[in-house]
Amino acid sequence: MDPDRKRKIRLGVALGAAVLLAAALVYTSFSASTEAKEPSDLVNASSGETYDLTGNVVADSVQRSDSGLRFAIEDRDGSASLPVRYTGTVPDPFREGREVIVTGRMEDGTFVAERDSLVTKCPSKFSDEAEEDPEHVVIDDE
Amino acid sequence: MIVLGSACLILALVVALYSAGAALAGTRGDRRWVDSSRRAVYAVAALLTVAVVIVEAAFLRSDFSFRLVADHSSTTTPTGYKVTAMWSSQGGSLLLWAWVLSLASSAVLYATRNRLREIVPWATAVLMGFGAFFCGLMLFAGTDANPFARLDPAPAGGAGLMPLLRHPAMVIHPPMLYSGYVFFTIPFAFAIGALITRRLDASWIRSTRRFALIAWTFLTIGIALGARWSYSELGWGGYWAWDPVENASLMPWLLGTAFLHSIMVQERRGMLKVWNASLIVAACSLALLGTFMVRSGILDSIHAFGASTVGPPILVLIACVVLGSTGLIVSRLDDLRAEKKVDSLFSRESIFLVNNLLLVGLCAVIFWGTFFPLISEAVTGTRSSVGPPFFNRLATPLAILLVLFTGIGPLVAWRRMSWESARRIFRWPLCAALVAAAVLLAFTDARGERFALALFAFAAFALAALTQEFAKGVSARRALAGGSVPGALTAMVSRNRRRYGGYMVHAGIAVLLIGVAASSTFQTSRDLFLSPGESATVGDYEVSYVEPTQSVSGGEQRLTLGAVLEVTRDGQHFATLRPSRNYYSSRDADPTAPVRGFFEGEATSEVGRTDGLGGDFWTATQPDLTRLDPVIERTDHRLAMIADRIPAGSPQAQTQLAALQGSAIREIASRYTDDPPPANFRVNVNPLVNWIWIGWLLALSGALVALWPSAAARRRKVADVYAARLARELSRA
Repeated sequence: MDPDRKRKIRLGVALGAAVLLAAALVYTSFSASTEAKEPSDLVNASSGETYDLTGNVVADSVQRSDSGLRFAIEDRDGSASLPVRYTGTVPDPFREGREVIVTGRMEDGTFVAERDSLVTKCPSKFSDEAEEDPEHVVIDDE
Repeated sequence: MIVLGSACLILALVVALYSAGAALAGTRGDRRWVDSSRRAVYAVAALLTVAVVIVEAAFLRSDFSFRLVADHSSTTTPTGYKVTAMWSSQGGSLLLWAWVLSLASSAVLYATRNRLREIVPWATAVLMGFGAFFCGLMLFAGTDANPFARLDPAPAGGAGLMPLLRHPAMVIHPPMLYSGYVFFTIPFAFAIGALITRRLDASWIRSTRRFALIAWTFLTIGIALGARWSYSELGWGGYWAWDPVENASLMPWLLGTAFLHSIMVQERRGMLKVWNASLIVAACSLALLGTFMVRSGILDSIHAFGASTVGPPILVLIACVVLGSTGLIVSRLDDLRAEKKVDSLFSRESIFLVNNLLLVGLCAVIFWGTFFPLISEAVTGTRSSVGPPFFNRLATPLAILLVLFTGIGPLVAWRRMSWESARRIFRWPLCAALVAAAVLLAFTDARGERFALALFAFAAFALAALTQEFAKGVSARRALAGGSVPGALTAMVSRNRRRYGGYMVHAGIAVLLIGVAASSTFQTSRDLFLSPGESATVGDYEVSYVEPTQSVSGGEQRLTLGAVLEVTRDGQHFATLRPSRNYYSSRDADPTAPVRGFFEGEATSEVGRTDGLGGDFWTATQPDLTRLDPVIERTDHRLAMIADRIPAGSPQAQTQLAALQGSAIREIASRYTDDPPPANFRVNVNPLVNWIWIGWLLALSGALVALWPSAAARRRKVADVYAARLARELSRA
């Protein structure tokens, strides 16, 4: 075979392999990705797929125990809510009423979260005010 | 001082522009322009050094008329952290970038002052283009980006350094990463010069490969320190989270690793020219992208310091770099033809090519996963993300193959290898891999973990191969020159630093990956919720929560709530650990609830753990503060009432209020130990995790050995200078 043709074939094979690998990458990433949902989207969802659930923590719903944390998340407009079971580290700003995101899947009407997936959005509405007023807690040396 | 600093910055911009212009004028061949442009680079370095000194002095004096200082330091910040607070800020880190760039450019231009006459002017222009860009960014991209922005009137106190950054590793981590990014611009600039002038032999590589290795070394240090910090300071127990900014530092590291290998093929065999030029362009673009991602807040990350004004200009710069260089490479394809062909698939050059493909493939996977939120938003309209499982699934097989190649690469000869010699040289490493696999299967629970088992076996192969290389070299040397084994080893390594330094890096990476595989696959992790006096079982260990602890530090504005844990194993005392959690006063908090803000601001964990070669017993705690909530609320309410009554303009009253707040914090702290609530504990048993840090140190020392100039090279350099001078004289004559 003449070297030029050999070269072209080799290039073709390499490009083909690259395209195949790239397609595999695209496919796995789209199938492994999680979509963001609110409780009302998931109330009637069947178990199986993984979602990022976002919403506010329902007042008086938080219970801590040895087996983890139980609380409920409601839509931002308060229309629907879902019970959540969670294990792992809890961010310090986690409070009832705050907006949180948690990753997991539905199991028998409960949203079972993946370990360490809880993220609490900071109450950032204060940060602008705080920026203008640098007054903050000062501990004096005794 | 602010005026002087700004003047330095403006002058640096002007001189950098002049230097770039003079260098371009010098491309026509007039040496005077080139010499002048080089001296201008030295001047930029001097000016930026003065600027850095001014900023540091302002931090040390706590001069709050510098906006930078007021925002990132305070009078109570410990002196060591005052010095390093510079790079926690936007303006400071841009200044650091420009400063390191000017120093590195000066170094490379000094080293090549008598060489690469055609390439150097173009490289100077590229480097000073970057320099001018970053100076311009500081001057024109808003007050956040300007290290010399003024606050008028100067506030009485500063905001202090972000608590998460108050850690020794954090002192060095950012400048190491930035330096790593910056040093990649040097080989990039020379590659551009070589492409423009069509001087596409390996001379540009020879002059700048040391800088690529320095960049690699800096990134290695930076990445490992970040991992170390995450392990000991963030309360979740890992060293790597596939966070976007972590990925941003790993990508240029991977491409840099690929580049350091593939340039050897070009030096030796004159092949892979397009590949090398493309690699360094990609590495430099990714380095810029790393800078961009830290500073733009485009992806959610613990590193993203908020949206900012410097994002768009950096993005434009990256686009220019990518498009310009790609165009240049395409237009020079004819000159980039390989001088030779691959003789055999079983040769070092083809092994290097495979390793390059693996590294670039890994980089591509990480790139795709990192930017997936943006990609999916563009494609489907909703922003969805891929988590660590995606990265782990794809990176694991690639990492396993890479370990195998750290062993194969050094064994295979250039050009072609006969089956006879292959059998001879692969015999022992293969035996080592088989023995390791058999031992692991027989005596450990690695049976069910195919990936980990493969990695351990391949790592054993690589370590045996490298040991064999060292042993072979030493015995050959002793046969020639005699002497003791350590003496022969030292002589051998110092005569061939690049080679044996590289082998040390390979061994280090193999050890490091053993640590990663073992600690991630065989980790035992439990979350416990214990009251004082209670205990729980984790693996073979029994953990009891003995008592809570608290302390308050005025100097660091910090409240620490901790726990004493007693760990026993088979009824025997194993360790007493003291994990704790630090809370800091935060200015981002709701001003009407200062005490609440204290507990919701930026808390950090101090991990309690045992160190050991076999593994770590790692614990972190997070007190449950719900029981303290009513107290916190009452205190905030009381403080708010007092604050309403005091006159706004009286600094004395403000100080008293602050003191009141301080004593409120102290009261809450003592309440915590008097009536202790239960606390959350995370307990991890991480086998072999210290191998990561040992492997890292080994790799780092290998890189330093490879970087250290050898006596022979120094002699050669002197001879080169004389040869160049002679040639010049002859050409004049």
